[in-house]
Amino acid sequence: MNGGPALVSIMRQGSNLIASVHTALDDSELVRFERDLVDQIGEFRSRGVIIDVAALDVIDSFAALTLRRIAEMARLRGAVTVLVGIQPEVAFTMVRLGIGTGDVPTALDLEEGLEMLARTAPHPASGADGRR
Amino acid sequence: MSDQQQEPERTAAGEGEHLLSQLVAHLREHRTRLREEWAQRIQQAHLLNAMTPQEMSAETTSVYDNYVEVLETGSVEALQHYARDLSERIIPRGVETHEVVGIVLLLRDVLARSLFEKYQRDFGLLNEVLDAYEPAANRIANTVAVSFVDERERVIRQQQDAIRELSTPVLPVRERLLILPIIGVLDSERARQLTEQLLSGIRKHRARVVVIDITGSPDVDQTVANHLVQTVDASRLMGASVIITGLSPKIAQTLVTIGVDLSKMNTIGDLQGGLEEAERLLGYTVTRKEGGTSS
Repeated sequence: MNGGPALVSIMRQGSNLIASVHTALDDSELVRFERDLVDQIGEFRSRGVIIDVAALDVIDSFAALTLRRIAEMARLRGAVTVLVGIQPEVAFTMVRLGIGTGDVPTALDLEEGLEMLARTAPHPASGADGRR
Repeated sequence: MSDQQQEPERTAAGEGEHLLSQLVAHLREHRTRLREEWAQRIQQAHLLNAMTPQEMSAETTSVYDNYVEVLETGSVEALQHYARDLSERIIPRGVETHEVVGIVLLLRDVLARSLFEKYQRDFGLLNEVLDAYEPAANRIANTVAVSFVDERERVIRQQQDAIRELSTPVLPVRERLLILPIIGVLDSERARQLTEQLLSGIRKHRARVVVIDITGSPDVDQTVANHLVQTVDASRLMGASVIITGLSPKIAQTLVTIGVDLSKMNTIGDLQGGLEEAERLLGYTVTRKEGGTSS
């Protein structure tokens, strides 16, 4: 996994973490992604996590499970997770295969996701009244 | 079809070909008379009433010439093209399959009779001529009928596609708010298409709330209900919430009876209520202005 482009980038933006998945991940890569992301939530004391899967053209049951696990771990560490960027075809395939994201909230894209975090997790540091 | 083409009666190939060319010459020679006789028979049988006499005359001439050509060359390709063309022209005018098959069989009959007449003195020769003529004539009738039906099916498919396209519009009514009115019977294929259109509509319009109105859908069965549930789930994966409106008492009864789990579905009685709820979700408030003209 060393060398070659990064498969996932995890960026910090204010009190949020934004994790973009660039390409399909195999199971071991997913496990590593989960570990890295949860580590960073603690490190930066993030309040919100956005996982952007816009580049994925398939989300299988293990990937969906991992995403649910990440969301639950993030919750335990005090952050809200939003899943963004699921493509129409991917969404359709997922429901046909009976794969869901459980209680993890979803949003159309990064922008919507950030807005949703601002609504649901108003942060003292962000100043304003927490809406919009 | 091409298989049949490849296997004319091989037994008396040389003899058959000779007879065929004799036959073709005969049919060419009496072209005008036979064609007129044929046209008369068509009229008597009340076929092709949708066409004017001029059109009839033009088409019968072409069919006749094509017919003789097939007898001569043994290749039905040109006839196939012509039959498809002809079908394209006459299908919109309501010409039925039985009419098309009918006129070809009439021509076959007219020509056969003229052969009887010509060879009536020599029964053995007549038999041989018919041996050469019949398979070719059958193949022609077959080709024309199949081409016509093919063309008709193509038209039907095209129209079905058009209806499908039209029947599931995804309408943006406010920023971030889509309406999807479902009119008519939902089958699995349409439900699938509807979901696809809705999902790409959600992305295109960046919708956050979707109202699916099924007032215009007469019935919902297990399959369709499950499709609806899937549509709702898939929309949610894309970050849009779905409100379903217009469930008739009958549909509500059916759904509860067959036990579809709709507990996760947000349903509201009618489209108006659904829109109000959607506006509430999106944070719109709609107020009526003083002095408005509404009653």
